[in-house]
Amino acid sequence: MSQSTSTMGNEKINTSRRKFLKTAVTLAGATIGYTWLKSSQILLFAAKPKDENLPWYGLVIDIQKCIGCGNCAKACKNENDVPIEPFFFRTWVEQYTVKNDGSVNIVSPNGGINGFEQTVPTEDIFKSFFVPKMCNHCSKSPCTQVCPVGATFESPEGVVLIDEKYCIGCRYCVQACPYGCRFIHPVKKVANKCTLCYHRLKKGLEPACMETCPTGARMYGNLRDKNSDLVKFLKEHTTLVLRPHLNTGSKLYYNGLSSEVR
Amino acid sequence: MDPHFQHLYDILAHAQGYIFPNEIDLQWGILIVVYPFITGLVAGAFILASLERVFKVKILKPTYQIALLTALSFLLVATMPLISHLSQPQRAYEIMITPHSSSAMAIFGFVYLWYLAVVLLLEIWFDYRHSMVVWSNEKKGVMKWIYKILTLGVNDISPRTIHWDRKLGYIITIVGIPSAFILHGYVGFIFGSLKANPWWSSPLIPIIFLFSAMVSGIALVMLVYMIVSYLRKKAIDLNVLDAIGKYLFFILILDFTLESLDQIHRIYEAEESFEIIKLLVSGKLYLTLFVAQGLIGTIIPLITLVFLQFYKHKIKLQKTMYFIVSVLVLIGVYSMRWNVVIGGQLFSKSFSGFTSFKVGLIGLDGTLMAVFWLVLPIGILAFLLWLLPPWKMVKEED
Repeated sequence: MSQSTSTMGNEKINTSRRKFLKTAVTLAGATIGYTWLKSSQILLFAAKPKDENLPWYGLVIDIQKCIGCGNCAKACKNENDVPIEPFFFRTWVEQYTVKNDGSVNIVSPNGGINGFEQTVPTEDIFKSFFVPKMCNHCSKSPCTQVCPVGATFESPEGVVLIDEKYCIGCRYCVQACPYGCRFIHPVKKVANKCTLCYHRLKKGLEPACMETCPTGARMYGNLRDKNSDLVKFLKEHTTLVLRPHLNTGSKLYYNGLSSEVR
Repeated sequence: MDPHFQHLYDILAHAQGYIFPNEIDLQWGILIVVYPFITGLVAGAFILASLERVFKVKILKPTYQIALLTALSFLLVATMPLISHLSQPQRAYEIMITPHSSSAMAIFGFVYLWYLAVVLLLEIWFDYRHSMVVWSNEKKGVMKWIYKILTLGVNDISPRTIHWDRKLGYIITIVGIPSAFILHGYVGFIFGSLKANPWWSSPLIPIIFLFSAMVSGIALVMLVYMIVSYLRKKAIDLNVLDAIGKYLFFILILDFTLESLDQIHRIYEAEESFEIIKLLVSGKLYLTLFVAQGLIGTIIPLITLVFLQFYKHKIKLQKTMYFIVSVLVLIGVYSMRWNVVIGGQLFSKSFSGFTSFKVGLIGLDGTLMAVFWLVLPIGILAFLLWLLPPWKMVKEED
């Protein structure tokens, strides 16, 4: 009798202890799990299209169509209040000249605004081409990731933008962009970059650089719309992004990109 | 013309190869060299203090409070170079109010405050409380009140309370060691986590930062100990120098090994950035990397420290050599910060050219400002040593 009582007593204790342990383990597990998930979200960084009804913008630059006139860089400066000094560009054009000896000559005098002069003698040239550069509007953009206050953000349409009233000017984003697309505006004293002419897009207008391009080397469009010209272009051409190994989720696709380009 | 633009035109004229047009201006100047240097001194000095406390290295006792006060003096200034380099310094508080969770930089304020308030201030307070109570009873006038305020009204000096002071101080030191590691490892992570920059992007960078921090902090405490003893006209204890020298030697070896590993790894993997980095280290960084950091800051101190373990004849010569070693090591670590911060921005991310860097003398991010932020902590330290003289503390039995 006494034995069974003690067993019962033990069982009672065991059940409540088991219950307690179960709850404790569940709670601890949930906390650890949540913390882990939460922290991995913090460590893993990527923008996702949120609103299904909004476009998710992508870009194409067709290198074979670029003639190096520099109108795009000039139009951009006019449209976006970028200082005219040759140290600040939201978009610019580079001229690549691959020589017969394999060496590569790259120039971009004043971002290509005044056009280009070929300084390499014709007989030494293996091939030459122009590469327009601009913000890649990455979906895993390193610049957005590192901004300590969140002044850089991605719009619901996937355009990387800066809140000028919020930027503290720490320049971490300029360091983080592998494409050299950011600068500190010398007058506003905050980070500055291509907005894909967001103010124009909102009015149904093309970005200034695209409107002015005489050969239609630049294109933008809705990556979500399978019938858009952009998606059709991407389907019919083999395109590449810059620095794919950095996994920046670049949405600027180059057609005819040569391996010398970085 | 705007002098800033004139400055940029000058640099443009000196650019080599091709650099992206936005890269002519260096984003982070001399202040960002000073920032990890100062933070490193803090972490290093604290770790040396902890050695004495946690691992009971009795011989280091004369340097314990000096190390703590040195750490505090530099920590108080640590954020200033950061804030003064911001283009919008008046918005600096945003980083504390709305930190962006994915940014490696956003947490610095919190790590800093944790370290300042929870670790250093508390540890120093527990350490000095007994003495401050006694001083507040002994002194007269303003000083009496200053010490009274510093005790925060906790005037109990019964053996039991003092025992608790020491116990809590000990616990804080134990918490402090990983905190010091986090503080400076984290500063390294700010650079090491930037995949866009192959000179920075390395998981070894936080660890290298940490070891170079320890090296610089230990050297600084050794230097401060010698200078303070000299100014107080007290004999410098050679045994203390030998003990610190031993730690300095081992950590310098580790630091050197880690840095070499990082470079060997780069050379062997020879990724797409290899050619430009090779040009960087053999050109623009040659003096600061091989001469200042490698030879003056590492090789010569290492050889001297080995020599000093065996050479036991002329005491004055030994002391002079320790003095020189600590100065050289500090020069070396400062050069290391320079090589990381400035070196990482001299080459273009197109890997096809170099910009150049000219330090301005005046202005918020000029040399004078940097010197000011380096000298200010020394002034603070002098004040703290006057206010809280370790040599006048109430002796406690072990």
